[in-house]
Amino acid sequence: MKRHRVLPGFGLTIGWTMFYLSIVVLVPLSTIFLKATSLSWTEFCVDVLAPRTIAAYKLSFGASTAGAFVDSIFGFVVAWTLVRYEFPLRRLVDVLIDLPFALPTSVAGITLTALYAENGWLGRWFTPFGLKVAFTPLGITVAMAFVGLPFIVRTIQPVLEDLEPEYEEAAATLGAGRLQTFRRVIFPTLLPALLTGFALAFARALGEYGSVVFISGNMPFRTEVVPLLIMSKLEQFDYPGATAIAVVMLAISFTILLGINGLQKWAGRRLMAS
Amino acid sequence: MAARRPDVPRATADPPAVRRALIAIALTFLALFLFIPLIAVFAEALGKGVGQYFAAITSSESLAAIRLTLMTAAIAVPLNVSFGLTAAWAIARFEFPGKQLLITVIDLPFSVSPVIAGMLFVLLLGIRTPIGGWLDDHNVRIIFAEPGIVLATIFVTFPFAARELIPIMQSVGSEEEQAAIVLGASGWQSFLRVTIPNVKWGLLYGMVLCNSRAMGEFGAVSVVSGHIRGHTNTMPLYVEILYNDYQFAAAFAVSSLLTMLAVATLVAKYFLERRVAPQVRLAAENQDVMEAAA
Repeated sequence: MKRHRVLPGFGLTIGWTMFYLSIVVLVPLSTIFLKATSLSWTEFCVDVLAPRTIAAYKLSFGASTAGAFVDSIFGFVVAWTLVRYEFPLRRLVDVLIDLPFALPTSVAGITLTALYAENGWLGRWFTPFGLKVAFTPLGITVAMAFVGLPFIVRTIQPVLEDLEPEYEEAAATLGAGRLQTFRRVIFPTLLPALLTGFALAFARALGEYGSVVFISGNMPFRTEVVPLLIMSKLEQFDYPGATAIAVVMLAISFTILLGINGLQKWAGRRLMAS
Repeated sequence: MAARRPDVPRATADPPAVRRALIAIALTFLALFLFIPLIAVFAEALGKGVGQYFAAITSSESLAAIRLTLMTAAIAVPLNVSFGLTAAWAIARFEFPGKQLLITVIDLPFSVSPVIAGMLFVLLLGIRTPIGGWLDDHNVRIIFAEPGIVLATIFVTFPFAARELIPIMQSVGSEEEQAAIVLGASGWQSFLRVTIPNVKWGLLYGMVLCNSRAMGEFGAVSVVSGHIRGHTNTMPLYVEILYNDYQFAAAFAVSSLLTMLAVATLVAKYFLERRVAPQVRLAAENQDVMEAAA
């Protein structure tokens, strides 16, 4: 890449990049790990393994998984219809998919709560069946599915668009039924994207605060997810406790990030191979 | 976006019944999940009449929240966009060790929960910390005050501009800039007259996304705001305060402004994506051709 030498400004731009990255991201992030090392092992475990924390982790993982699962199924159908079929207002629908990205989380939170409350537009349909959505784990799942939906649609959509028709044609020529073609040809090609979307939606749901805080009801042991638990520890100025839980949470998030990077490399290799 | 194929060969077309069923499922799901919430915001906001609606959004507390939100975005967006430009320049134009790692690290704030993002600044600059204590002695408050809100916002919106600009800068290539330099332009001239015009749509796109999140961020600023009414409230925080105060119509009135911002963002995104995506795609294809030839 010697030919790039003619361009000036490497020192200046990389210097500013590293400086700004350090003060905005790296220094604050390292603070929390430094703070965590100041905790004794017992202190750390007391907070991380407290029954209330465990309950919050179970709920967070359960609801995030359920939310990402719902998104995977419906997100897949949505992506499929948007790419493959023509129907009225398709463009508009396509644009609105990103609404959960663009809508501030507190707005999403109060709106979903109002909709799914017992007398809300949507909640009232569940009441006759004795199902409560708002202020239960089900409501938390709904909020998490809401924020995660665009991740699934937007990771599947481009792969589906780039899918060459030749493979499907070949499958059909060789006598495969449509369902068989989908199961054996289309679905395997989309799987890496689907998994990536699932991981992204799951990670977002795990850390989500604004959309969940209103609809959850925040009852310790019952409807308290991990970010809410951290928040309540911070409000009580229990910084060591909040730090211990947050560090575990960060470790999980970064592991998911690594997993997603791995998935994308795998998907890239598969595309190259085909 | 790939061209639609209305003339798909029959063998690979789905049966009409399947097609109709899938469209019905998708639209019903989206109606329940996205469209009804979108309508509900405005219905709830106007539930107590137009007079109440305008009274809610023009109250002095609401105006203070709007002012703080605009101010926060006015600081966070230019800083992060200028970072995005410099980072994209360094990454797209030069080879250096650790480049891939740098790109990954730039994305880190995306995988940090908003609550934890806010908490980082409380731990770093809160009143009980060495830095925060020293600043407090000099009557500078960061946490539970506006500077904390700005800092937390800068953190959560950090990657937006950079992650749009890096691929675009890479795809545009440096031939035109080199030509400018060889013809005697200074680095700055080449940057302002060649680079910026080449990446302008991506720049604008990054700005729009960054701004949307900066104005809408809730969790991170909630941690550092301390909830001082009418003083350190951004619009999303003010929504929460009104809601917890059982002033539902007012909460939704302020929400409706943020929702309009969200819709405007989606519209802008739609138009900008159509300009940015082909640019990146074309360049990626060219690169494939070059690599195949090499």
